[in-house]
Amino acid sequence: MNTTGWAGRIWRVALFTVSMLVLTAASGGDTRKWKSIAEDGLHDGDNPAATALQSPGEALKMLPPDGAGNQVNWVKALRDGYVKPRTTLNETTPVQTLDADILMKRTVEMPYVRFPHLAHTEWLECSNCHEKIFKSKAGATPVNMFQILQGEYCGRCHGAVAFPLTECNRCHSVPHKAAKEKP
Amino acid sequence: MKTEVLGRLRRFWIGVAMFAFAAGGLAILAPEGNAEYADVVINNYSDKAGMRPVVFPHWFHRVRFRCKVCHADLGFQFKAGGNDINMVKIIEGQFCGACHNGEIAWSVENCNLCHSAVPNTPTQVHESTLQKLVAPAGDRKK
Repeated sequence: MNTTGWAGRIWRVALFTVSMLVLTAASGGDTRKWKSIAEDGLHDGDNPAATALQSPGEALKMLPPDGAGNQVNWVKALRDGYVKPRTTLNETTPVQTLDADILMKRTVEMPYVRFPHLAHTEWLECSNCHEKIFKSKAGATPVNMFQILQGEYCGRCHGAVAFPLTECNRCHSVPHKAAKEKP
Repeated sequence: MKTEVLGRLRRFWIGVAMFAFAAGGLAILAPEGNAEYADVVINNYSDKAGMRPVVFPHWFHRVRFRCKVCHADLGFQFKAGGNDINMVKIIEGQFCGACHNGEIAWSVENCNLCHSAVPNTPTQVHESTLQKLVAPAGDRKK
């Protein structure tokens, strides 16, 4: 027992403190990080105006978190009033939303896709998708993942601006069983 | 005496292992990309005109405007480089010029605020899923 001594006790206390600090940092706090304008490799550091531009982290750290894309849950940010983006430039046109979910079943072994019109119409206008990208009749558009990955259909936005295409389960969210049980 | 040294050594290595584990975890959590998600570089004419290419940050604009303001009202196509934007059109109030007129947003005299990308950066949406899957390390790095 003597062999432990003071050194051992100090070691144990130190180890405990460090591990607790690491655990708190990993689970509790907001660990999101964004590259600043100066270090993003995209903006030219020789540009005299570069320092005038806002870095993403300054604004986005105040918005509700998400694990992908901008690391911001944009739908929540809008609904909860974190952001109040304009609807039109003249501020007269009201937001025309539609609360209707579409269930897309041609997904082979993947869970069915639930398309929520509401979240989309809060940002977009009907004409952004209809009739050019998607026909209004459910099931009339031959959507598939190959085309989506190449930037067609949902891929016009998802994978470029809206959440990335690596977030499979966010769209493929309805198990086949659950869909059958529905009346 | 020997056991004490051994015990200390073992604890030391446990400490090192824990630190390595934590550092690895943080490295995974940290963003690996360069540009911000959905930053669009537009270089249809810039390089040829001796200007830096334009960086359009989607994140900055969607805090202030819904997608439809630009993509419906102003007629921006959902395609990087797919809008034949030039400075004449902007000065006439089309595309960026609908806001970048000194009233809603900074005016066209502030060239360097938009024309801010590293020269020769091609037109593209940065950090897109396709870009990351095809060129995970970022193809822009020379």
